[in-house]
Amino acid sequence: MVFIFDACKKADAGIKVFNPTNLTFTIPAGWPQPATNIFANNRLTEQGFQLGKKLFYEGKLSKDGKFPCASCHQQFAAFSTYDHQFSHGFNNSFGTRNAPALFNIAWMKELHWDGGINNIEVQPLAPITASNEMAETIGNVVSKLSADTTYIRLFTAAFGDATINSQRMLKAIAQFVGSIQSFNSKYDKVKRGETSFTISEQYGYDIFKAKCNSCHTEPLFTDNSFHNTGFSLDPILKDIGRMRITGNATDSLKFKVPSLRNLELTAPYLHDGRVFSISQVIDHYRSGIITGQPSLDPILKNRISISNQEKADLLQFLYTLTDREFLADPRFEAPR
Amino acid sequence: MRNFNHTIGFTAILLTTLTGCQKIISPKTGTLKITFRNTVNRIPMVLNTTSYNTSLGETFTVNKFKYYISNIKAGGNGSSIAESNSNHLIDESVTASRSFAFEVEENTFSGIGFLLGVDSLRNVSGAQTGALDPLNDMFWTWNSGYVMAKMEGTSPQSNQFGNRIEYHLGGFAGPDNVVRQVNLNLPAPAVIKEGGSSEIVIDADLNTWWQNPYDLKIVNLPVCTTPGPEAKKMQTTIAKCLAFLM
Repeated sequence: MVFIFDACKKADAGIKVFNPTNLTFTIPAGWPQPATNIFANNRLTEQGFQLGKKLFYEGKLSKDGKFPCASCHQQFAAFSTYDHQFSHGFNNSFGTRNAPALFNIAWMKELHWDGGINNIEVQPLAPITASNEMAETIGNVVSKLSADTTYIRLFTAAFGDATINSQRMLKAIAQFVGSIQSFNSKYDKVKRGETSFTISEQYGYDIFKAKCNSCHTEPLFTDNSFHNTGFSLDPILKDIGRMRITGNATDSLKFKVPSLRNLELTAPYLHDGRVFSISQVIDHYRSGIITGQPSLDPILKNRISISNQEKADLLQFLYTLTDREFLADPRFEAPR
Repeated sequence: MRNFNHTIGFTAILLTTLTGCQKIISPKTGTLKITFRNTVNRIPMVLNTTSYNTSLGETFTVNKFKYYISNIKAGGNGSSIAESNSNHLIDESVTASRSFAFEVEENTFSGIGFLLGVDSLRNVSGAQTGALDPLNDMFWTWNSGYVMAKMEGTSPQSNQFGNRIEYHLGGFAGPDNVVRQVNLNLPAPAVIKEGGSSEIVIDADLNTWWQNPYDLKIVNLPVCTTPGPEAKKMQTTIAKCLAFLM
């Protein structure tokens, strides 16, 4: 056997062997299996991840070079846009939905607030081509990357030859974005027995489990389903949410449940960023839900009873979901 | 360990090849060529400059006419063949896109079948390439999935800006599925002999786009760019228009 092994190595001498470094995608202990393996047809490698990261931070993906993916998805804001209701796009335009945070995407069956995107690999097509976001064509992006010797080198390292096309670009971005994980908050450390909650945090956790967990389900803090939580239809945006995709009136005003992880950094809240603090979100569930909407989630029809003391404790718990290691993880930082 | 695995894999492939050479006589193959001709009222389509009348008395020009053909099968003599990786984007503005060929074993084909559109699996399988590359501008970015057929132009019956008409027909799942199976009997058999070739020409006549089985009046529907009942009706009607063979 050793002989065969050696023989093989000798035969390879002088021939460039494509042998990228495999990366392992880790499912944290106690977490459910993702619904699909997003890397099943997209071999996760260090070279692919690094290429995807460079592309994520690459201005050439936008028409005027100023709007990489990272312009709206900032690491220190859990890859949302910090303190912006709507992100800025090409030619001084606004988006029409609050840029979602990006982490633990491997567990999502559908992407976007309305679930319109069915596969992580094709998601970047939306912001790249949207006239109020990156405003570029896929053909132009491929042309710009193909003319860049750095990318010729990086695509070769990631895929074995110098071909640069949209498929490879999208698969590389999916390797990076799909690898962005957050599972080292104080909550996680308590769960692992490494530390413990304060009394207030523990009370807050108990309230969370009783009153929030059915949609913001542990450990992802979302069930990745769609709900109408009783907010009004914005008269200007007229965003009907999930109904735009399914065409079903029963999906009117339903939006994807966002994860509560890192919510300390992802304000403002809601699909259109209309709520500016966590306190106001809780107040909505206590007293603001519009109960007359036919598609309102049935469990919200009586609103949620949360006392002032419970709210204070709940806030303390929610702050334990901030994952500072993730927010500063050099693996996800802009390439130097 | 990784290198060792590669060695085993390589050996296995070699063995298979050797066995194949010993036992199987390589099949006799020829070339099956398929050509799509887009016409209006049986006359070859001219983009941009020619004004046409629909059978419902409306007028239109065509600026863009593109559609997907996939999963091609041909049958005859009790056997059938399927083209592998069978996805083609027929684009009236790109001559080369309207004709393609693939190798098949000797046979006499009496019928051909294909999907008008891209099968559902390809709509959910992430980034694709070739005919399915999103840079072909046939992939929706707001609601993942392929535009199965696209027709754009102008019509005085359209109330849209610049009298635009625009039909982007997509939707692959559940009740919104616009993908249609098309089966055609060939008027004369396509005979494939070793080293030879045979061509099947399929005419897509846009006149019938507007009628049969549904009457689609431009004045009522100048634009259709979302999945739903209108897109389904249109796709059914277009699938019929591919039924004419020369």
